Amino acid sequence: MEKQKFYYDDKIVKLFSWATVVWGITAFTVGLMVAYLYWFPHYMDGISWLSYGRLRPLHTNAAIFAFVGNGIFAGTYYSTQRLLKTRMASDLLSKIHFWGWQFIIVLAAITLPLGLNTSKEYAELEWPIDILVALVWVAFTVNLIWTVVKRRVRHIYVAIWFYISTAVTIAMLYIFNNLELPATLTKSYSVYSGVEDAVVQWWYGHNAVAFFLTTPILGLMYYFVPKAAKRPIYSYRLSIIHFWSLIFIYIWAGPHHLLYSAVPEWAQVLGTIFSLMLIFPSWGGMINGLLTLRGAWDRVREDPILKMYVVAITSYGMSTFEGPMLSFKSLNAIAHFTDWIVAHVHVGTLGWNGFLIMGMLYWMVPRLYKTKLYSKKLANQHFWIGTIGILLYVIPMYVAGWTQALMWKEFNPDGTLKYGEFMDTVTEILPLYYMRAIGGTLYLTGALMLVYNLVKTVKGHKVEDTAAEAAPLKPIPGSRQPGEDFHNWLERKGILFTVLALIATAIGGAVEIIPTIFIDSNIPKIAAVKPYSPLEVEGRDIYIREGCNNCHSQMIRPFRSEVERYGPYSKAGEYVYDHPFLWGSKRTGPDLMREGGKRPNLWHFNHMYRPASMMYGSIMPNYSWIVKNDLNASDIHAKLKTLKALGVPYSEEEIQNAPALVEKQAKEIAADLEANGVEKSPEYQDAFKGEKVDLSKKEIVALIAYLQRLGTDTTKKVETAKK
Amino acid sequence: MIALYLTIFISLILALIFLVLFLGSVKDGQFEDAYTPSVRMLFEDEFDLEKNPKKKNNQTNNN
Repeated sequence: MEKQKFYYDDKIVKLFSWATVVWGITAFTVGLMVAYLYWFPHYMDGISWLSYGRLRPLHTNAAIFAFVGNGIFAGTYYSTQRLLKTRMASDLLSKIHFWGWQFIIVLAAITLPLGLNTSKEYAELEWPIDILVALVWVAFTVNLIWTVVKRRVRHIYVAIWFYISTAVTIAMLYIFNNLELPATLTKSYSVYSGVEDAVVQWWYGHNAVAFFLTTPILGLMYYFVPKAAKRPIYSYRLSIIHFWSLIFIYIWAGPHHLLYSAVPEWAQVLGTIFSLMLIFPSWGGMINGLLTLRGAWDRVREDPILKMYVVAITSYGMSTFEGPMLSFKSLNAIAHFTDWIVAHVHVGTLGWNGFLIMGMLYWMVPRLYKTKLYSKKLANQHFWIGTIGILLYVIPMYVAGWTQALMWKEFNPDGTLKYGEFMDTVTEILPLYYMRAIGGTLYLTGALMLVYNLVKTVKGHKVEDTAAEAAPLKPIPGSRQPGEDFHNWLERKGILFTVLALIATAIGGAVEIIPTIFIDSNIPKIAAVKPYSPLEVEGRDIYIREGCNNCHSQMIRPFRSEVERYGPYSKAGEYVYDHPFLWGSKRTGPDLMREGGKRPNLWHFNHMYRPASMMYGSIMPNYSWIVKNDLNASDIHAKLKTLKALGVPYSEEEIQNAPALVEKQAKEIAADLEANGVEKSPEYQDAFKGEKVDLSKKEIVALIAYLQRLGTDTTKKVETAKK
Repeated sequence: MIALYLTIFISLILALIFLVLFLGSVKDGQFEDAYTPSVRMLFEDEFDLEKNPKKKNNQTNNN
């Protein structure tokens, strides 16, 4: 058949590549700002939109969706066209994808620092942005599948399979985890509550790692590693087994994030078993990648790109060995809530994702511009600085995790906790936090060298769409052929339709059905557990806005060490009115599940303004604006109505009288603060410069109301029984 | 624990989609040749490369 001439769309690859670079630097910088807060907790004092709880979600979202996301798309657009010997199916969809994605990132970069977030990790964006994400993702998916349909090569190379699985799976995960009912334009509540929300969140959270940070990067590995090494993948057969076994196993491993929590035991066991099985496909893939370089190790010594790939693939091997190990309950009991997990994920992101994408950029950008890399030497230096940066980041974090976990669990012979003051376990690991910040600085330095190198490389060159030629596939008409029976036609043409139809019906049906099911869901309810008061709802929303859940958990596991430290362990029924759940995943500070009633209101007032005033050596940043800000409870009607629609039993009367109820409880707390001499506290005087203010109008009373309520519903009874 | 059944249900649908894709691709003969694709992807078909013979050694003949 006669060859056709066509052009690869390299301009879209160029756009995504530069977006990767720009957002990569942004993500690393924000990460560093957060890391340095552990060292100098007050260097951004008083600036609410640069506070830890708001920057941390910005860092994770920027790293995952902006840096890795754009990197994936750059590599996907470059390799898909070349592997399938066709231009992307629709330039318009490519453009919608690119500009839509950047618009979403900009919106995220504005809203997250403003405190507009849902609190669910890696799904913090509020509902209007969620809708945009879904739409842009559909544009990408359609474009990708359409390109596969239009291909000029019969065989679909394994990398494309990885891309397709990413596109399909992320769409489903993202939509179901982000089902939420809006109260206002900028505030929504998850349709799931408590344990249910936790299950869906970590099913999503785990699969975001699986299908956003792993499968697409594996696709890139299967294209760019052979290309850079100039030799075929070690075993193509193994890559096929790797792909299919990986995607079938990955989706079941989510509950390993919730071991020892209030999630049913059988679900935890299921999560553990599948997590263990994951080691086989993961290591199959890792070995396949590394062995591709067999016989080319002499080139690895000189080529910075191959070196980066070696570290990336090794990091993949390390984190996918560690993942299954961490899914063992006994190991998880130690690692969960500590910096061990932070180390684990940074081996994955800095090593596996970061180095694979940056190695890809070093290889791809010069080719896009039809030139040569400006400086190989500089790239080699980047590799070494980056690698040392990774080591200096993760090793201290491993040590910090182990140290702190063991301190949390250590008892005196008389049965009391050896380190009963949580602060002692933080002070111990501070030097390790400093080292981490230095490691991160080195990693960013390396990335800046990449920017300089790439800018120098492309100077004076332009990207033109690359021409190529290939014979078209023998056309198979889409309509039913004469003599062809229906079943054959369906088989021939129908797979795509089947898949698309399945997705459409599943999403459409579920979106309608799920909220109604969840409202009547029959979690064992504890009679003593009551909905939050209107003021407590406002306080909880401040807790979410400030991202308190980034450092404080609300989940006491059934260990003696935790029960001793925090109080009775958490039960599923205690969370039924928590939309969303706020279990957290990291204890930089202590658990707050049973914070209610532990300390006086005045303590919280002073502590929030200046934590070190109440807790010597505290590294919690000052949240002074919560003390100074006026409480805006104008949306309380809408909020309560939304929660009621989700099944929280507020009466019509409560909703009608909400503002009055807010005021009443606020006045009680303000009165208690005043009765205890708040006006004499240095924090009060510093905040209001000697002026007398009505504290019941300030945000702090709402937050105190919420904190004092935490975990008290079930423990109150015990206290009265004792009396 | 409806959420558990929900996630299992959606995961099953995903697994089903992948199964259909898998069976379809097996039937399509995608996996009959487990060697050539790995070599074919190394070849460049780009016009500009012919103008730039320097870069044309992107092949496996150095094995």
